[in-house]
Amino acid sequence: MPDDAVSAAIGGIGAAVRRKEDFRFLTGQGHYTDDINRPGQTHAYLLRSPHAHATLDAIDSTRALAAPGVVAIFTGADLAASGVGGLPCGWLITDKHGKPMVEPPHPVLAQGKVRHVGDPVVVVIAETRDQAKDAAELIEVSYGVLPAAVEATDAIKPGAAQLFDEAPANTCYEWEIGDKAATDAAFAKAKLVARLDLINNRLVANPMEPRAAIGEYESGTGDYTLYTTSQNPHVIRLLMGAFVLHLPEHKLRVVAPDVGGGFGSKIYHYAEEAIVTWASAKVKRPVKWTSDRSEAFISDAQGRDHASHAELAMDENGKFLGLRVETVANMGAYLSTFAPAIPTILYATLLAGTYTTPAIHVAVRAVFTNTVPVDAYRGAGRPEATYLLERLVDVAARVAKLDPAEIRRRNFIPTDAYPYQTPVALQYDSGDYFKTLDMALKTADRDGFEARRAEAAARGKLRGMGIATYIEACGIAPSAVAGALGARAGLYETAEVRVHPTGSVTLFTGTHSHGQGHETTFAQLVASGLGVPVELVEVVHGDTSKIPFGMGTYGSRSLAVGGSAVMKAIDKVVAKGRKIAAHLLEAAEADVEFADGTFRVSGTDRTKSFAEIAFTAYVPHNYPIETLEPGLDETAFYDPKNFTYPSGAHVAEIEIDRETGVVEVVKFTAADDFGRIINPMIVEGQVHGGLAQGIGQALYEAAIYDKDGQLLTGSFMDYCMPRAANLPMFDVATNVTLCTHNPLGVKGCGEAGAIGAPAAIMNAVHDALSPLGDIHVDMPATAHKLWHLIQSHPESQSPAQAAE
Amino acid sequence: MSAPVSMTVNGRKVTANVEPRTLLVQYLRDQLGLTGTHVGCDTSQCGACLIHVDGKSVKSCTMLVAQAAGAEILTIEGLSTGELHPMQAAFKEHHGLQCGFCTPGMVMSAVDLVKQNPTPSEHDIRDWLEGNICRCTGYHNIVKAVEAGAKAMGGSHAG
Repeated sequence: MPDDAVSAAIGGIGAAVRRKEDFRFLTGQGHYTDDINRPGQTHAYLLRSPHAHATLDAIDSTRALAAPGVVAIFTGADLAASGVGGLPCGWLITDKHGKPMVEPPHPVLAQGKVRHVGDPVVVVIAETRDQAKDAAELIEVSYGVLPAAVEATDAIKPGAAQLFDEAPANTCYEWEIGDKAATDAAFAKAKLVARLDLINNRLVANPMEPRAAIGEYESGTGDYTLYTTSQNPHVIRLLMGAFVLHLPEHKLRVVAPDVGGGFGSKIYHYAEEAIVTWASAKVKRPVKWTSDRSEAFISDAQGRDHASHAELAMDENGKFLGLRVETVANMGAYLSTFAPAIPTILYATLLAGTYTTPAIHVAVRAVFTNTVPVDAYRGAGRPEATYLLERLVDVAARVAKLDPAEIRRRNFIPTDAYPYQTPVALQYDSGDYFKTLDMALKTADRDGFEARRAEAAARGKLRGMGIATYIEACGIAPSAVAGALGARAGLYETAEVRVHPTGSVTLFTGTHSHGQGHETTFAQLVASGLGVPVELVEVVHGDTSKIPFGMGTYGSRSLAVGGSAVMKAIDKVVAKGRKIAAHLLEAAEADVEFADGTFRVSGTDRTKSFAEIAFTAYVPHNYPIETLEPGLDETAFYDPKNFTYPSGAHVAEIEIDRETGVVEVVKFTAADDFGRIINPMIVEGQVHGGLAQGIGQALYEAAIYDKDGQLLTGSFMDYCMPRAANLPMFDVATNVTLCTHNPLGVKGCGEAGAIGAPAAIMNAVHDALSPLGDIHVDMPATAHKLWHLIQSHPESQSPAQAAE
Repeated sequence: MSAPVSMTVNGRKVTANVEPRTLLVQYLRDQLGLTGTHVGCDTSQCGACLIHVDGKSVKSCTMLVAQAAGAEILTIEGLSTGELHPMQAAFKEHHGLQCGFCTPGMVMSAVDLVKQNPTPSEHDIRDWLEGNICRCTGYHNIVKAVEAGAKAMGGSHAG
């Protein structure tokens, strides 16, 4: 790797390079799926179930078919008759009895029954979107409305409505991890125990770009193209091609162009993708579907939704002895692509957190309900684990009469204990939790907090500070281990580094950028690796006809896994370049070294530039053609050796207005360890965005269903998205401990903010409310909720009391 | 079909022949191909469709085409020619965008803010952007970008 000065000059690793993708976005020249219009295109509108649970009886489309502009109308029966399969689930969880999870069919259009409000029933295809929408109003669907099961904890009770015959008590699986006997023994000898029941509120991802899909069929060749708002076009091609539409890959191209945010919700293969692709062959014209925001609320996979009971056993000094957790996880009405893995592999395995707790047992029950399917949303399991653990640790601090920072330090994994094997399967490779906590507390000026609290109390405000530390597992891996855990696909990544004759480079990656800035960050890897200025590197992603097979972007995997593949491909380019240079320089290959874009015979001034070598590779007039192929174009696959383990400490400082219950986030500090940082500007941006979503979960956001399964928070009028005025400027800092097992030493940064922030905020809220006594508030801590709480504790009304 | 509606869009005279229910944003995107103006919601909350109508910021999903008769419309495509407008440049410099979807609305809104208040404080900016939702940035860098953009505009750029 080049030294810092060279790196800064060429835009390499460590430089805050301004983003290559920004010009097109800033000038309105991005190409999002809904911006694409194909010649002869028709428009699809989906008629969706207005009921959470009902039998689906007769569907009468007669009047709709005669409506202006209508091209075709299809139902689940049409798809079934055509042999269209159900939407597959990509992860198989084996339950605690060794049996596979219950995996009911997930039809593309409902068949026999509808199971959530928004379940698609009929697709109308017309010349315009308005015509399709108008015609859908003329369709008569007979429903036999059934009672609904909405909350997961209710759905498992006797007498609850049953979604599937094959899933008694609506249970998908009961799963456990850890050593129950050892955990019970730890509790038996415990001097102190902290207990907590909590809800992790259901969220809606709400990327600003609603989902969209265009299917196009070329009858002359039999080729299909799907343009879609996806984080992983190859995964969609594989799932839709192999399992739903039975199309071989060579006849199916999937393009995920500019995508306006995903946060997990655009990982999954959705019904609409299959519908437009299938229908385009039926109507022999392109079919376009774009979601309304209201439709997104009832059709995009949602996130979180856990109800948990947790207990932490301690000795008399507050040292953790054992952790016991029971969680009921709401899967929604069907299993979305990765849903079963979220409350198990990505949640329960994270419950050791940053601590040395020697015995842990976690029991998870996944439950079907008449709600929108739940799957990964930014953090996916890790925010749920962190929230539970870090709230519990704050309760433990109170039980043990210890300072929240002190109890954490007493239980942190020591800095010399890596690699550290947790009792819940994971082996952490590196970290320094003491350092990030110290950094965060110093930046947050914890020493000055009590004075600020007193000053706030004098103004009638309840001020609180909350700490949360976190560990997360990113870059899910290795493929063989993931397979053993139930993943139905490998989780490696691919990169192709194509050097052009004059030395510019196109990098093809299987990861996908939908806001993360890969077109810049990945180009920086090439700049550093080959000594080529970042302006001469183009990153191509998102089109299965261009990029090698790759798994896309989620779980903060892009740099740790995809970037590692890039480094391996660069190594191959350099290795071949050395051979060519050795020939041109008439030296032994072993004597040729490469640095900063120059091949050099060691200890001499005999050199060839990278561009000269590239040119020779393609115009091989003087070339060892007998022993070396021309060209300079290398592909590499990288299968991770382990997860990566970003970690950090977040500190929130908030004020609650006694009169209104409104929480103001006064200050938020994040000290994170992401390993090596490629572009600090982009990393900070990722942290900011994650924090906003984490603060949103803690204070504002919730998907709320009524007892009949109607989503009450189904628009931006009702679902409270964080706005600019709801958030402070953030203080962010990073400590670097390198990942020990990937070539870049990187760990991943995309989800950290959303993982640490909810617990930090809620610990601060509880700290502020401590004058009210020993209370518990579930997220979101809305003004309405806190106002009632404050009103019901009149003894807390005196500012003087609050200041004590 | 309603009567034709004429307006000026990014300096060009255009005449719309659309159904009466057509929203201005639909006309801009579907008929004029100005897809830089985005649709992020259906309740006039998100601001992704924000443009300037007669020099003022308006959510183009809240207007029928008919209401734009005779209006001067400016979209993100018309904000600059070649070089970035100082506000666009500030968004790039301060990493005020990630996925880019809310960005055109944010930039157009910010330009209008600075026209009305050439030296906005952080509080002014956050308050003004109440009608523009961003899910990526946490607004931190947007606020920095608008502060810098306001300085760079210095009251001299027409916007």
